[in-house]
Amino acid sequence: MSAADALLAAPSREPGRQSNVTRVVIYGLLIVFAIIYLLPLLVMVMTSLKPLPEITGGNMFYLPQHPTFEPWAKAWGTACVGLTCSGLKVYVWNSVKMVIPSVLISSLLGALNGYVLTKWRFPGHKLVFGMMLFACFIPFQSVLIPMATILGQLGAIGQSLQDALGTSLGFGNPTVNLVLIHVVYGLGFTTLFFRNYYETFPNELIRAAQMDGASFFQIFRRILLPNSAPIFIVTVIYQFTNIWNDFLFGSTFAAGDAAPMTVALYNIVNTSTGVIEYNLNMAAAIIAAAPTLIVYVIAGRYFVRGLMAGAVKG
Amino acid sequence: MSTLEIRSLRKAFGAVEILKGIDISLEKGGFLVLVGPSGCGKSTLLNTIAGLESITSGEIKIGDRVVNDLHPSKRDIAMVFQSYALYPNMSVSENIAFGMEMRGVPKPERDKAVVAVAKTLQMEHLLTRRPSQLSGGQRQRVAMGRALVRQPQVFLFDEPLSNLDAKLRVDMRVEIKRLHQQTKTTTVYVTHDQVEAMTLATKIAVLKDGELQQVGSPYEIYNSPSNLFVADFMGSPSMNLLEGKVTKTNGEKQIVIDRQGHAPIVLPAPASADIGRLGDGAKIILGIRPEAVNDDESVDRNARSVARFDAKVEIIEPAGPDTYVVTHAAGKELTARMRAETPVQVGENHTFTLNLDKAVLFDPQTTRRL
Repeated sequence: MSAADALLAAPSREPGRQSNVTRVVIYGLLIVFAIIYLLPLLVMVMTSLKPLPEITGGNMFYLPQHPTFEPWAKAWGTACVGLTCSGLKVYVWNSVKMVIPSVLISSLLGALNGYVLTKWRFPGHKLVFGMMLFACFIPFQSVLIPMATILGQLGAIGQSLQDALGTSLGFGNPTVNLVLIHVVYGLGFTTLFFRNYYETFPNELIRAAQMDGASFFQIFRRILLPNSAPIFIVTVIYQFTNIWNDFLFGSTFAAGDAAPMTVALYNIVNTSTGVIEYNLNMAAAIIAAAPTLIVYVIAGRYFVRGLMAGAVKG
Repeated sequence: MSTLEIRSLRKAFGAVEILKGIDISLEKGGFLVLVGPSGCGKSTLLNTIAGLESITSGEIKIGDRVVNDLHPSKRDIAMVFQSYALYPNMSVSENIAFGMEMRGVPKPERDKAVVAVAKTLQMEHLLTRRPSQLSGGQRQRVAMGRALVRQPQVFLFDEPLSNLDAKLRVDMRVEIKRLHQQTKTTTVYVTHDQVEAMTLATKIAVLKDGELQQVGSPYEIYNSPSNLFVADFMGSPSMNLLEGKVTKTNGEKQIVIDRQGHAPIVLPAPASADIGRLGDGAKIILGIRPEAVNDDESVDRNARSVARFDAKVEIIEPAGPDTYVVTHAAGKELTARMRAETPVQVGENHTFTLNLDKAVLFDPQTTRRL
């Protein structure tokens, strides 16, 4: 075959071969990265299922010889956090009580902010939005002390209410405090998400609803919210992950029995007495990470869709 | 009695005046079309009537109420939007009933009204569908149903046909006209399409830069445009506008249109124009629609005053029923409408006939009709 023939033949043969090579490279790379990401999880799961002697005596990549769920049960029910030994379950419940109200309140307020900032514009709306955006860039640490002052004052109010009425109405309650902090801190992000989504929401729909006689909140509830599912899911995932994983606020403002699960996990892992129970630590860590994982698996496809929704019209 | 009355209405955004003193009144059952180039303020005018935008000064009266400060939902009006603005999360019947629901009309009554409207618009089979499952024409119909169900004093339409393809647009235009004849509801309709304006309106208001240029019946607007802008804007192909001057020969005033290298066209002054106060040599602009420029074969037999001239044919545009023939006069293009069978050839001379009954004169200085 001459060089000319090879050149002529090349175009018909090339696409198939080229795409095969490309495909091998792409899949190879994907598999390598998948292994890099999955290996720690695999080691965690395997370690959590091994009895302690098997861990200290063996290689961490060996499969468990005598699989046991005992570390899981212990992490959930009887592991010692500080002085109390009732496992993670109390603290997981603390986190749930904190996360659900925080996520819902901050998302709803963000939606309301986005609605006002796009559909009921007032003089200076750009400045207000700019300042809300700025809230996204404030580092956690810098607000700790002012936050502590405010929470201290709320605590004092709670104390006097307690003395006067016999109930503090939630003032000074550590879980309520954390909800407040996360709502305030999350507002910048949720407002940003919803504002950008509502920016592309047709104004004529709002006008049509106005002509139909719907009020400010009726338009919000009947027209805007039912059409906000994609961005709502994005916001919920984002807020859920951030708040569930928060350690700094939890450890600063909710000590002892009121601590969220992240703080409890830290305390379990950092116990300095006796042998380090790796299997227990791993089980506890997986329990701690499970909710965010579940949220991603269930709502993940909406996440990508929702993030794109604002970017590309149509 | 007029249903809609607008008096010296002004609207300004900051220092920019969008509407500069609009006065229109519309009788009960009338169909007013606001027409003008984009940015002329026609949509803003409609929005101020709807109450979606506030006004700076002036007065808007619907029925016998001044509605300047009334909320849109309290003005007894209904609006069809350009994008239809159907609520995507509701079915067709929920869309139509939403306004009644907001006003607290009980459910059985709402259902009855929805069915009645659906029957009028022949869309009973669509009631359970979502807007996303409808075609453009069906959405348009639902948007009209939503307005219809309110039985308002005034309908407002904001370029409702501009999102449809050409064929559907003609169908829906007929539909709107039929609906108006059936319900006899006073209507204000915004469009930039002058064919829609001519076919639908009982009254046309031509706007430019926030000022009314002319208000009148379609016939008046078309045949006696009050200035050069209206003359040029309405009609397709647009009116021929030729520069000329007044000359006095044998004690009689005539119009002379100079042509480079050719004999000037000399014509008697059109009957419609008052040129008594114009002196010898005064400049004028002659306006004549393409259908009044023909040849001897196709000229109106009843024309009382005609003028003829020879000119070279430059372009021929067969349009089906007619053929448009383009030539040059006074340095400008001149379009003539001839019968489709007219034997004309590009590059050859042809005798054109001007039907002066249909001609108008403008003052080039003030641009107003004489």
